[in-house]
Amino acid sequence: MSSDVVISGGTVIHARSTERADVLVRDGRVLAVGADLDRPAGATVIDAEGCWVGPGFVDLHTHLREPGREEAETVLSGARAAAVGGYSAVVAMPNTEPAIDNAMVAQFVLDRGREAVVDVAVAGAITIGRQGEHLAEIAEMAALGVRLFTDDGTGVQNPLVMRRALTYARPLGVRLAQHCEDEALAAGGVMNEGEVSSCLGLAGRTSVAEELMVQRDIELVRLTGCPLHFLHLSTARSIAMVTAARREGLPVTCEVAPHHLLLDDTACADFDAVFKVHPPLRTASDVSAARDALRDGRIDAVATDHAPHAPELKEMSFDDAPAGMLGLEHAASITLDVIGDDALRFFDVLSRGPAAIAQLRSSDERPRHSAHGGDVREGDDANLVVFDPRQRYTVDREKLQSRAVNTPYDGRVFVGRTRALLVRGNVRVNEGSLS
Amino acid sequence: MDWNVGGEVIDSIAGRNLITLRDVSQQAIVEILDTAEAFAEVNARAIKKVPTLKGRVVASLFFEESTRTRLSFETAAKRLSADVLSLAVASSSVKKGESLRDTIATIEALGIDAVVMRHSASGAPEQVSRFVPHVRVINAGDGQHQHPTQGLLDVFTIRQVLAARHGTTGRESGCELFAGLKVLIVGDLRHSRVARSDVMAYTTLGATVRVCAPGTLLPVDVSQWPVEVVENFDDALGWADVVGVLRLQKERGTGSLVPSLGEFTRTHGLTWERARRLSPSTLITHPGPMNRGVEIDSRVADLDVALMERQVANGVPIRMSVLYLSLAGRAPERSTDE
Repeated sequence: MSSDVVISGGTVIHARSTERADVLVRDGRVLAVGADLDRPAGATVIDAEGCWVGPGFVDLHTHLREPGREEAETVLSGARAAAVGGYSAVVAMPNTEPAIDNAMVAQFVLDRGREAVVDVAVAGAITIGRQGEHLAEIAEMAALGVRLFTDDGTGVQNPLVMRRALTYARPLGVRLAQHCEDEALAAGGVMNEGEVSSCLGLAGRTSVAEELMVQRDIELVRLTGCPLHFLHLSTARSIAMVTAARREGLPVTCEVAPHHLLLDDTACADFDAVFKVHPPLRTASDVSAARDALRDGRIDAVATDHAPHAPELKEMSFDDAPAGMLGLEHAASITLDVIGDDALRFFDVLSRGPAAIAQLRSSDERPRHSAHGGDVREGDDANLVVFDPRQRYTVDREKLQSRAVNTPYDGRVFVGRTRALLVRGNVRVNEGSLS
Repeated sequence: MDWNVGGEVIDSIAGRNLITLRDVSQQAIVEILDTAEAFAEVNARAIKKVPTLKGRVVASLFFEESTRTRLSFETAAKRLSADVLSLAVASSSVKKGESLRDTIATIEALGIDAVVMRHSASGAPEQVSRFVPHVRVINAGDGQHQHPTQGLLDVFTIRQVLAARHGTTGRESGCELFAGLKVLIVGDLRHSRVARSDVMAYTTLGATVRVCAPGTLLPVDVSQWPVEVVENFDDALGWADVVGVLRLQKERGTGSLVPSLGEFTRTHGLTWERARRLSPSTLITHPGPMNRGVEIDSRVADLDVALMERQVANGVPIRMSVLYLSLAGRAPERSTDE
């Protein structure tokens, strides 16, 4: 078993309060939280001076590409990227090749995840092959501990199929998640439709394509009573609709992706396909609305939509290149840029909110479970991050942990970085580097 | 929108790529037109070749077939004595989806100074220019983005005709003849890289541009373009000094954007009836190839004021000018035929 760890001198971020305290970890659990704890002999000491000590981040939206696209990312390489980003758990998206649409593929990814430096949960597909036609074996995957289901990469286009999926999922206690874009309306679009696409001669994906499906699914949630999570909302109207639905008491949650909090569609002006993503980078006013909503607590989670692609694919034309960009290693810095000093909110959207949606908390039942998104109290599973909110660094795409290099942030200066990470009590990151 | 988003304004293309007219200043355009005028004189001679680019290698890389544009560029390069590598990628083994970097790396390995590039995807020439920064990239049409030499040859042609009417030369007139010039561009603007380049060329030189198209063939956010949108083609006929007819891009799915070609012709075709209502001095352009009987009536296309053949002819000196400036890296000496 791992040796004792003392996280010393940081500010512990509980769910509703903060305190300056040390954290003692033994046998994968938090043994004590308090000021000036005694250090057991042989304990590993992590200097957390000036840092926030909180529950490890949880990413609801990670594309690990395995099986099928191992040249872009593997479960192990993606987990390393997650670790340096401060994540103690990630949810692997099911748009692999083959898709995670049955228990066998789900088990394969879970097994690979057991070798990884962070906890790997799995999201299953809603429909077979993510084709939007026939329901996947949701109950069998749920029995393995799969709690989130989505056809992400695309939304379930047919409203009848989506209604059935919600109705079927409800008694299973799992949550569906939707990539909202009406493909018939977005057809052929490669960036946000608007002034910039018009000038560049690139076909646009109108924001209405997203908003139509958000509105449709809100109505389907009303009809079925089944909870639904909205993935990567990118427009001001989408966020407003989900906010209104939540005020009505509907069981809806939502996430935003870090790139939608930072970049707008003018980033596409040089035709660099690294900036191609679905839903696309929107207008500056959409970015501003997403930032406001995140600060106000109207967003449950920042989720990376970490989407590795092999370099040669991103060197194709903007039309031909696949959509998606990296996110795991820099999402916390971007979140900090939006939220600032509000450490409680910071951990709400990076850890506690997503852990609740993914059912990874201690109150959730699942096999081989280690709980994430906790309160940082005695007895908690030791999934902890030490985050330095003042550390300044420059992104260098040659030094990423991810196997791919399609980061839109190369050369940018960010503030706020993971200093240390514990997963099940094991020190995975220390002094900013993988152990 | 700010049409210069992301780019500095260039006052000369000497030694530079030509990918878009969005960032090219009036001064730079006039330099290209004046240089082309000198080359047009060369083309009128019995011996049409000058040695200016002797020993330089120009590759023409057409991912999308366009025999006319490719021939025009290759003729221009040859008249400048450059060696030409002609790669009709569209018909070779290069498949849609190959890394642009791999394709250009292969071509570059042959030793080239410039690449003239046509691609069905907007932005492909700009991407390529980043992969081979020491090779000059000339955009011969990319997706629905830009077709800068077409825009340049259109304004060159208009300047040539107007200058002759005023008893002067284009070079002497500079851009004076564009001040207050009324240009009406009609047809499939949404899918047209020619329209985007034409609008920039005309407005940069001082002309006023109006556009007219069925709602589905107008670009989204045309309200941000430096143009005025005309709802009814017929109402604008008497206004125009120049009517720029665009090709209906049936291959770009225009078919589903208008109910029928017949209805398009009735509402937005330059029919014989409409042509008769133009001022006799109004000039007509079309980038070719024409869909006769669709966007332009066959008889109208054969009128003296219809400049299509002259546009094609002017393609060569304009492309000589662009290749020369871009590759030689300086404005030409007064006498370009030495």
